[in-house]
Amino acid sequence: MRETVMEGSHAVAHAVKACRPDVVAAYPITPQTHVVEELAQMVADCELDVEYVNVESEHSAMSACVGAAAAGSRTYTATASQGLALMFEVLFNASGMRLPIVMTNCNRALSAPISIWNDQQDSVSARDAGWIQLYAEDVQEAADQVIQAYRIGEDERVRLPVMVNMDGFVLTHTYEPAFVPEGGDVDSFLPPYEPEIKLDASDPRSFGEVGYPEDYTEFRYQQQLAMDASREVIREVAQAYCQEFDREDYGGLIQRYHSDDADTVLISLGSMVGTMKDAVDGLRNDGESVGLVKLRSLRPFPEEELYDALEGAKRVAVLEKDVSIGLGGAVHGELAGTMFNRDLDASLHGFVTGLGGRDVTVRDVGSIYRRVESGEAESVEWVNVDENRLFEREARGPTP
Amino acid sequence: MSTDYEIKEGAVADPGTSTRNRTGGWRVEFPAFDEEGCTLCDLCWEVCPDVAIERGEDVYSADLDYCKGCGVCAQVCPTDAIEMEREEK
Repeated sequence: MRETVMEGSHAVAHAVKACRPDVVAAYPITPQTHVVEELAQMVADCELDVEYVNVESEHSAMSACVGAAAAGSRTYTATASQGLALMFEVLFNASGMRLPIVMTNCNRALSAPISIWNDQQDSVSARDAGWIQLYAEDVQEAADQVIQAYRIGEDERVRLPVMVNMDGFVLTHTYEPAFVPEGGDVDSFLPPYEPEIKLDASDPRSFGEVGYPEDYTEFRYQQQLAMDASREVIREVAQAYCQEFDREDYGGLIQRYHSDDADTVLISLGSMVGTMKDAVDGLRNDGESVGLVKLRSLRPFPEEELYDALEGAKRVAVLEKDVSIGLGGAVHGELAGTMFNRDLDASLHGFVTGLGGRDVTVRDVGSIYRRVESGEAESVEWVNVDENRLFEREARGPTP
Repeated sequence: MSTDYEIKEGAVADPGTSTRNRTGGWRVEFPAFDEEGCTLCDLCWEVCPDVAIERGEDVYSADLDYCKGCGVCAQVCPTDAIEMEREEK
């Protein structure tokens, strides 16, 4: 691997190239555009031998990937926000058909109001689609996770599609130092994809069969079993990757950061974790007992790892860039759900923050910590809501 | 309703399952063909989404193993020679 300074999107494109995909089908959308543009440039420059399908929508992009993957191809696509939303029905097909497609989702807010800026509402809203969902903290991890994603998804214990999430602009458009694979760097780590059954005119099969009520539940159950099995595979692959390419220990489904002896544990996912690590460093310098758990995987949900990490904590706070309107942050709700029958003594607080591109600063994280530590924090809170920006419904005059 | 063939991981089965899924059971109405009015124009045969219309010498018939009773054939028949009639079960 070559150490370089590269834009996040381009680092991801180089990682994809090293995985030797057979088919790339993509439709450009901010802030994903640079990923697929760079791949298209590689094809134009005869550096990448791939069937690059310029489709007319994200629905078509994912449909093309489903067909190509069923034919035994290693496939790649990337999208964001409205594009992921448009793919929604095909996402379920990719998972149900057990096709290990890899997709980079460049996290962006959903309309309305129209926003091209970063939050994680798009992927979090698609968490029930049967895809493994990984989240990257920095450019290096966004690139590395693509390579790991193929090996995880293609593992015969798993056979599920994998969505690698990187925060729009914060990671996609940021230049960072990164080790980027070249040539055959990942060939020994990632052997060619060879499914036992594939679309083949000389050995025809029916794909995407109808599932009557007698069969459907069992198919869904086996998706769940595959997702459960992926926990071990994600751990194995992360470890193997760190050994092979000399990376820091990712820790598999979660990464702990000074959380072992901490009274207060903060939890988050994606690029916000980087900011929070700085905040934790500062707070610990001030003598505060605080640590951090980073979720690398939202699906499968790392229930056991989280329980282990939170066992000694007194207070837990989830900071997330999404909201399930009518409930609160989705991750906070899921953590509460999975820990309900466990004997944790901690209080649990959810913070909705960083929506639609609003910065989350080290100072914000500090303020959140203070609220939690002082016992003032509610169960669910929205961070930094500006009362002056709330609209009032205009009073209506009497009906004529 | 169930399948008489094996579905493997990824919802994959041996080919030809569309002929083995007898969808006629979904039908509420069936097409009744009037030999007198039929001009053998082929329109009904062409539009049937289930490829369930069969050509005959004087008139068409429906393969009731697959006809879902959608009635598109009756809609397009230019001489109103196809009437949708209620299934009595």
